[in-house]
Amino acid sequence: MFSILKKEQLADGIYQYTVEAPDIARAAQAGQFVILRLDERGERIPLTIADFDAAAGTVDIVFQVVGKTTEELAACYDAGGALLDLAGPLGRPSHIPVGKNVIVIGGGVGIAPVYPIARAMRDAGNHVIGIIGCRTKDLMIMEDKLASVCDKFITTTDDGTWGRCALVTEPLKETLEKRQDIDLVVAIGPGPMMKFCADTTRPFGVKTVVSLNCIMVDGTGMCGACRIEVAGETKFACADGPEFDGHAVNFDQLAMRLRGYVEQERLALDHYHGGEACQCQK
Amino acid sequence: MSEIEKRAPSPKQSRRPMPEQDPKRRARNFEEVALGYSEEDALAEAARCLSCRKPTCQAGCPVEVPIPEFVALVKEGKFAEASQKIKENNALPAVCGRVCPQEKQCENGCVLGKRFEPLAIGRLERFVADYEREQAGRQLTPRVSRLASNKKVAVVGSGPGGLTCASDLARLGYAVTLFEALHEPGGVLVYGIPEFRLPKDIVKSEVEYIKGLGVEIRTDAVIGHLFGVKELMSDHGYDAVFIASGAGFPMFMNIPGENLNGVYSANEFLTRANLMKAYLFPEYDTPIARGKNVAVVGGGNVAIDSARVAMRLGAEHVYLVYRRSLEELPARAEEVHHAGDEGIEFKLLNNPIEILGDDSGRVSGLSCITMELGEPDASGRRRPFEVVGSEFVLDVDTVIMAIGTRANPLIGNATPGLNLTDRGYIAAAEATGQTSLPGVFAGGDIVTGSATVIAAMGAGKRAAKSIDAYLQQPRP
Repeated sequence: MFSILKKEQLADGIYQYTVEAPDIARAAQAGQFVILRLDERGERIPLTIADFDAAAGTVDIVFQVVGKTTEELAACYDAGGALLDLAGPLGRPSHIPVGKNVIVIGGGVGIAPVYPIARAMRDAGNHVIGIIGCRTKDLMIMEDKLASVCDKFITTTDDGTWGRCALVTEPLKETLEKRQDIDLVVAIGPGPMMKFCADTTRPFGVKTVVSLNCIMVDGTGMCGACRIEVAGETKFACADGPEFDGHAVNFDQLAMRLRGYVEQERLALDHYHGGEACQCQK
Repeated sequence: MSEIEKRAPSPKQSRRPMPEQDPKRRARNFEEVALGYSEEDALAEAARCLSCRKPTCQAGCPVEVPIPEFVALVKEGKFAEASQKIKENNALPAVCGRVCPQEKQCENGCVLGKRFEPLAIGRLERFVADYEREQAGRQLTPRVSRLASNKKVAVVGSGPGGLTCASDLARLGYAVTLFEALHEPGGVLVYGIPEFRLPKDIVKSEVEYIKGLGVEIRTDAVIGHLFGVKELMSDHGYDAVFIASGAGFPMFMNIPGENLNGVYSANEFLTRANLMKAYLFPEYDTPIARGKNVAVVGGGNVAIDSARVAMRLGAEHVYLVYRRSLEELPARAEEVHHAGDEGIEFKLLNNPIEILGDDSGRVSGLSCITMELGEPDASGRRRPFEVVGSEFVLDVDTVIMAIGTRANPLIGNATPGLNLTDRGYIAAAEATGQTSLPGVFAGGDIVTGSATVIAAMGAGKRAAKSIDAYLQQPRP
């Protein structure tokens, strides 16, 4: 069991949990993820690590309510409670260059995993330009935290209710046009956002890393549920990734595979809303 | 049958049949297929044993189960004692009695088999293990430790190899921790082998027994990520490590369409169904495709298991697509027979060439080609080749690839100095499990590539012996 020390609602439908997991906290590196299971009947879902503190022995996870498991987590699990299973850190850590100029981009709930990457980039002496964006002001998360590890920082919303009214690709393109010295772009967010970021950087020839949120089961390479075509070859996001060359990822296939269980996901939610599924005491 | 024969069965009599669920009924449920011997069955079967002066059965057992002794105890009706006798050498008799290929091992060596049917050793092993668990209540086999050891051993992976090594070392007096990457101990016994062949309650009970020997089990512990192998020894005080991390990455055929929705590796399909209990969705949260027409590609036990699970999930047609003929099919004859009875359709001498999909990215068919067998290849089996112009499309909505695994590189990559084979498996001596690193041993599928439960158990047993020898060496 992994105790929940703190629960915080970051935005509409987005939560941050601080979980006691000293071994994971000590081993974790930027870019890695965890797999969580709520209870005996629960599914295993991969979640990004938004922060880790080896000294405190804690790991922060951030998630958006999108289905049965995340809805139940947000509704029934509070500080003082515990998660049944938390496996990690999983996946390959981000490659952190030294002394380079880097743009890190977070979109929506994808802002969360960008934070430890930006921090590691900055700690390694890179010049870090942060761009984060989301649909609207009420969905903005971790703005101050991310700003604190960036040398330059831009916030956007699609509807202009906060920061600049733009998609993240606009300041990205402007920065690339203005500066020829950008060595690396890291973009994490919804599939289409990562695809458009990769499309934006392609003409500039700037290396672009994306982190894929594939459906997984074991998370160690054993099942292959998370396979995705990269540069014409099938890769496992859990073991070969989750980070890949954004210019080589088949994003259409990613979107298609993420829809693999839409019917069952709806069924699971309906069943959960049916009443008896929630076993919490609240 | 005369009265005399009833009382004293002769070796000539055929072996007692295993009572089974009716094929039509069982093809739609996940309850165990084989129902197990009654006491009467067990006594009658054991009476067929010739009690050879020089028995040749035990030599066929990779974990050296004392077969003549335990069968003698069955003859006397001492069932619980027979189970405990087995456990002196084998901590998982209820598992082995169900899933070992006895026909190639102990029963292959049985003298009876030369003229009649060999003794049903596996069925007797299963019976006494079940009897002890259900009727007699468990008794721990005594420790055989020479002295209280304060040495610690880490075992990586709680599948059959890890469980065997851990229990042998615990009985020798070592403090053993089993590290399991998944949330449930048992490895392939819980994620791979289906409920209807090996009920998970039985695995749970065997694991509890091993815990009772003093073995500590840590789940959710992915070695290579959470702790390194060397770190276990340098920072966590383990004096030796046994790596039994099991089957690796699932293989695919590299044909078009393999990333369509509705295509599974057998590992994924079985893990969803068995470990995650997706057949009980939505009572359990993990979903699985319930295909109407399912093709399973491959011919091993894993392929047969996948096909039988697909049938139980409600499929109308389940095809086993295998590129050679029935003669070359590597799965156990008994399982092939079971699958046939349950309505699995064998598409032999057929090989997939493309998986077809619809506009939404779901499987809509499997394009195959007919094969013919030519001259034997390096494996001794006749090499299949394609018959020109024989392409056809199998109407399926789900495809399960059960064509084997390749090495998982995680532990190898994370452990500098640990030598790997050219295929990426951990290089370890067969007799001892010794790797290139002092104090680090390995066995099971991560060394040999995919093999059987009992082969992994044999490796675990040999490694326990050599770890004991290693830790008893006087050191400077």
